[in-house]
Amino acid sequence: MRKLLFINILLSLLVTGVSAQDDVYPAKEYKGLLFIKNATIHVGNGQIIENGTIQVNDGRIEKVGKDIPIPVDDVKVFDVKGKQVYPGLILSASDVGIREIGGNAVRGSNDFFELGDYNTNVRSIVAYNADSRIPGTLRANGILFANSIPQGGLLPGASSVVQLDAWNYEDAAYKTDVGIHFNMPSLLSRQGRQQSPDPVKQGLENIEEVKQFFRQAKAYLNETVHKETNLKFEATRGLFEKKQKFFVHCEIVREILIAIDFAKEFAFDVVLVGASECYQVADLIKQNNIAVILRQEHSLPTLDDDDIDQPFKTPAILQKAGVLFALNDEDESTRYRNLPFNAGTAVAYGLTKEQALTAITLNAAKILGIDDRTGSIEVGKDANIIVCEGDILDMKTSIITDAFIQGRKVSLENKQTQLYERYKTKYGIN
Amino acid sequence: MMRKLKWLYGLLFLLLLTSLMYAQETFPVNGVADSRSGTYAFVNATIVKDAQTTIKDATLVIKEGKIISVGASAAIPKDAVIVNCAGKYIYPSLIDIYSDYGIPIPQRQQQGGGFFAAQQFTTNTKGPYGWNQAIHSEVNGFALFNANETKAKPLRDIGFGSVLTHQKDGIARGTGVFVTLGDDKENLLIVKEKASTHYSFSKGTSTQSYPGSMMGSVALLRQTYLDAQWYKSKPAKEGVNLSLQSWNDNQNLPQIFDAADKWGDIRADRIGDEFGVQYIIKGGGDEYQRINDIAATKASFILSLNFPEAQNVEDPNDARFVSLADMKHWELAPTNPAAFEKAGIPFCITSADLKDAKQFWTNLRKAIDYGLSETKAFEALTKTPATLLGVYDRTGSLDAGKLANFLITTDPLFNEKTKIVENWVQGKEYTVNNDAWINASGNYNLVISSGGTSSNYVLEVKSATSANVIAKDTLTGKFSFDGKMIQLSFSPVASKKESEKAKQKADVAVIRLSGVNNGAIWQGNGIDTNGKAVLWSATLLKATSATDSIKKRQTHVTGKVIYPFVAYGSEQIAKQEDILIKNATVWTNEKEGKLEATDVLVKGGKIVQVGKNISGGSARVIDGSGKYLTPGIIDEHSHIAAFSINEGAQSITSEVRIADNLNPEDIDIYRQLSGGVTSSHILHGSANTIGGQTQLIKLRWGVNDEALKFKGADPFIKFALGENVKRTAASQGNTRFPNTRMGVEEVLMDGFTRASDYQRQLKEAEENNRKKGAVPIVVRRDLELDALVEIMNKKRFITCHSYVQPEIISTMRVAEKFGFRVNTFTHILEGYKVADKMKEHGASASTFSDWWAYKLEVQDAIAYNAAIMQKVGLNVCINSDDGEMARRLNQEAAKTIKYGGATEEEAFKMVTLNPAKALHVDDRVGSIKVGKDADLVLWSDNPLSIYAKALYTIVDGTVYFDREKDLELRKQIAEERNRLIRKMIAEGKSSGTVSPAKPSTHIVLTCGDHAHNHALLEEDGDDVMNNNNQIEMK
Repeated sequence: MRKLLFINILLSLLVTGVSAQDDVYPAKEYKGLLFIKNATIHVGNGQIIENGTIQVNDGRIEKVGKDIPIPVDDVKVFDVKGKQVYPGLILSASDVGIREIGGNAVRGSNDFFELGDYNTNVRSIVAYNADSRIPGTLRANGILFANSIPQGGLLPGASSVVQLDAWNYEDAAYKTDVGIHFNMPSLLSRQGRQQSPDPVKQGLENIEEVKQFFRQAKAYLNETVHKETNLKFEATRGLFEKKQKFFVHCEIVREILIAIDFAKEFAFDVVLVGASECYQVADLIKQNNIAVILRQEHSLPTLDDDDIDQPFKTPAILQKAGVLFALNDEDESTRYRNLPFNAGTAVAYGLTKEQALTAITLNAAKILGIDDRTGSIEVGKDANIIVCEGDILDMKTSIITDAFIQGRKVSLENKQTQLYERYKTKYGIN
Repeated sequence: MMRKLKWLYGLLFLLLLTSLMYAQETFPVNGVADSRSGTYAFVNATIVKDAQTTIKDATLVIKEGKIISVGASAAIPKDAVIVNCAGKYIYPSLIDIYSDYGIPIPQRQQQGGGFFAAQQFTTNTKGPYGWNQAIHSEVNGFALFNANETKAKPLRDIGFGSVLTHQKDGIARGTGVFVTLGDDKENLLIVKEKASTHYSFSKGTSTQSYPGSMMGSVALLRQTYLDAQWYKSKPAKEGVNLSLQSWNDNQNLPQIFDAADKWGDIRADRIGDEFGVQYIIKGGGDEYQRINDIAATKASFILSLNFPEAQNVEDPNDARFVSLADMKHWELAPTNPAAFEKAGIPFCITSADLKDAKQFWTNLRKAIDYGLSETKAFEALTKTPATLLGVYDRTGSLDAGKLANFLITTDPLFNEKTKIVENWVQGKEYTVNNDAWINASGNYNLVISSGGTSSNYVLEVKSATSANVIAKDTLTGKFSFDGKMIQLSFSPVASKKESEKAKQKADVAVIRLSGVNNGAIWQGNGIDTNGKAVLWSATLLKATSATDSIKKRQTHVTGKVIYPFVAYGSEQIAKQEDILIKNATVWTNEKEGKLEATDVLVKGGKIVQVGKNISGGSARVIDGSGKYLTPGIIDEHSHIAAFSINEGAQSITSEVRIADNLNPEDIDIYRQLSGGVTSSHILHGSANTIGGQTQLIKLRWGVNDEALKFKGADPFIKFALGENVKRTAASQGNTRFPNTRMGVEEVLMDGFTRASDYQRQLKEAEENNRKKGAVPIVVRRDLELDALVEIMNKKRFITCHSYVQPEIISTMRVAEKFGFRVNTFTHILEGYKVADKMKEHGASASTFSDWWAYKLEVQDAIAYNAAIMQKVGLNVCINSDDGEMARRLNQEAAKTIKYGGATEEEAFKMVTLNPAKALHVDDRVGSIKVGKDADLVLWSDNPLSIYAKALYTIVDGTVYFDREKDLELRKQIAEERNRLIRKMIAEGKSSGTVSPAKPSTHIVLTCGDHAHNHALLEEDGDDVMNNNNQIEMK
């Protein structure tokens, strides 16, 4: 018994190390074959494969299905019998890596809010700090990718998708500059006491200025040689060529109508972010092929009169209308690690479990333009896979045991697990 | 030179005018004495002396500004000017009890507070006054009063003859002066120089940080009552304090409290009860929503007619954001005076708060349409205010000896088309509608003569502004008659076709006449169509009798008052029932653990039986098959259901009490019931080291603030440590002590040291004062220290916001020094680091499941915190501190299974039995046990599962949330919204007055600790509080 305890302590010392998180290493590239077997595979597209096997080669999924033979030679095999296997979860709207300490008391830890209204050329990826303490806690909950978005002003810049197990930002970059963001001025007529007399009119004027910006940008891009280079205009090229999405951050129906207007005038690929009132015009959003990222499902209804569960059931309304949507978690107090539970709540209010999973995997990948590489456990995609003891959407059973990014088995440790070990040691508890 | 002279003459004339009639004897006369008695006899009038007495064909005699006699046979003095009032009515002029006429409106010097704004600790008022800038009981209305004709006229024009006026600024506002609305010198206008004293909850222009909350305003008032009492002992240390002196001097006056809304009314009345004062309460216009509670105050009220305007809700995207409550209030606000009358509550009506004085009669008639009797309306504007102010011997009715303040009207006062002809104030005539003296309507023989020839017409006068001229055709004329002067123009050629009319408009030959009414004949001169001069006259052929202007009162169909007055309220509050829940999986939280297929019987609000196959008699049966029954969730840390949360102006504010400002109409009560919450501990925020007294409530949806309280529970208080109390995020740098955790500890040491001394002084004084013949020692009662003494005597318990390990340890050590314990550490995200020490100290822990990284002091916060503390042996709770998350506390508890491997029972106890223990109410709630309160939740699924929904939430055997009924309520809300929107659109169209749609925001109060933005229309309570103080100033 004493010996066992000793080993336990030794083990925990080994994982704990001396200084916080510095000994949690990004996983090394894994070459060759890797198998996950006896899995209940939640593909991400709605399908479930019971008792299946995933064959990974050089980080890519090569085969998925039943009865896939596993060679006996030197390959890695993970037997996950009784466990659930999912695609790595994707946080589609966040400030991971550019905002470390919340609130405003530690300004130096923040790099997400730039000055100026027209910053299409500003890019979050160059400030992404791969050593942030946030990604470790996300990995531990199965979240392997994040879209990190700059804020501030009308056009705060371009966001990038990062994988959350990296040495530096170049390492982390999964797809850079996936889209340009637009913070639409509020068109809610709050007659605030110190606000401009007509905030709606003011908002519409600002929106018109943004449109003028894009009209000029378009004209500028039509010209091949410029007398003077305009970096802000140059940065919009991808939008006009439909290589980038146009993320419109807005909430109410009037704003959504304006967002649709942008799609019509500039033929942009528009994604609504937030859009808490979108359920009122779900069919219209569908008709215009606009995607939605519901920023935070765990939120309160807009008005006292609203259905008390409105935010919880909005995903089901979008699903029914056929809108492409992703669920998200932007909760500042828990730092986004409850993404699967935002999806789980949607299940309690109308989605199927697989639909809810799709909303935090394949749909998110489609919206971010990375569905050719991830978002589901399908042949040809990167092996971005998580293994969970039970239902990932229900906190009671949502315990991640393994996670793979591009076939690399990544660490699920982080400062929190290490402090846990440290104090279990102090008190001699298990 | 000439112009200058003219100007001088003008000035002289004004001077003469104002001192013409009843000059003061002490004032020297510049010129020749011109003393007049001003004797008038108004004869043949219908005189309404007061609400009970109307005399027909009566005479009113006035002299030197006073009434000499009134009656059918009143003798007419020889020197009286006789005014024939045949067909006219005479009423006493109205009294406005809530005015700031003639009093300057103070301006705020700088922007107000906010959680992180710069602080001002002491008053900016210079002089021997009190410590708080919002208490200016030394202000006297009479000293500030300046008669102001431009302000007086609009009030006279709507019938007022006198007002009680005071400076509407601050929490203690000083005295009001009762004045008439004449334009004489102030000396003569003041009827009573100190007629009242005034209070409110709003600190107004005060720039001082304290109070920064509703609770703080209440505490400041209470402490000032105590201080004033103490000041009577002439404490040497205080020196001269004119604020307290005036406070005491003015206690015998009528005490008027502007309480702003229905809960404010009740709150103000409670303060009055505590100090033996019955306030006259100026209400907020929403009292009809709680009329029984209002009646229970036994106060007299002052009601404004400031009914909300219809909003422009035609655009569905605007209507979307206007709440049911706001629309219902729009519909029902005009019923407010009638509700008072029906409930038998005395009230006055004021013209205060109206955007435009002209709305007064429109809205008063509206109130009458909505059920107010004319008699009550009349009394509310005459006798009632005069009586309350002790001036009924001077004004308020037409009796001999009273001020000659009266109205001459065309018809009975409250009729739709009635006009006030004249308003006499102190025996002086003020014309309101001169034209209305004479009912000019009728047919006249109009003769226009020029150079010996004359033409005859019939002039058909319809009103003072419209007349036709009848020759061969009926010619529409342009006519005006102001009682004296007449103007008429018309074209002698009629144009029959509309098109011709239009053509002619540009250049029409018209006859233009101008003249004067000489009584029997109207005559004057004019210009004919050719530009030649003419003369004209008109004599009455036949008067048109005045049309009966008694309009049939409309009856208004309105929606019903609901409790609470927001969406999801009901006409009937849910009632306690006997309930049998059958065949459920029961999680008892007792040693029996989970019981399968078990029945629970509830009677009289208590759990009376737990077992199999229970027969419930007539009890309502709820089928629990396949479902889970648990005790209700208890949220140890919540900020819902209150009007303010943080009094952050000082580092110690133990005098403030959440209980003083509960808001039982917060929709979050209902939303949290839907998440299975039955009790919430409403904490003061974390703005300061020693915060305010907390309040444990039960989520009884629809009851009043008092009934919301968890009765019999031990009182608690909130403490806070760390970043918030040292104001790390202050926008303009911190100037409030403490600035470090070192200082935080010393704030605690200082507080309890002072409290110890205070307790000893009280005891010594008591012992001394018991001795015969001893000089009594008066110790100043200090509400702040009283609370700390309670803590030391284990009569009040601490829940302490805390994060990092040194502050946790040092706070425990301070407590130990003074012989008490910190009952609960809340937040306590580094509790896992010092769990052993906390256990030794004997504290409970109430934490979050997985919060971190929202500020520097939570960098080491870990999701395993609860599990570690639990394993070390602490009583661990999971709390919300968040209006949204509180709906999912069962899920938060479930996270302790994921993070640290708690068992299901351990996890669920963290949101039920453990908080009950931490709050000392585990004998009442927290588990399913015979004899405990029937606070129960029936879940659709394992209550720790994210898929579980509360189907029924029961408090004290009352079903306050029923998921089936909730669907029904949604339908009703939709229907009621639709009805109101249609009605609003219709009224907007018919009345022509609509204001833009105003989104109904939801005010969210937080501890000020972390981000709480959960919905689009949320407004931060802290901002609202500080802005409201400014709105009041206009």
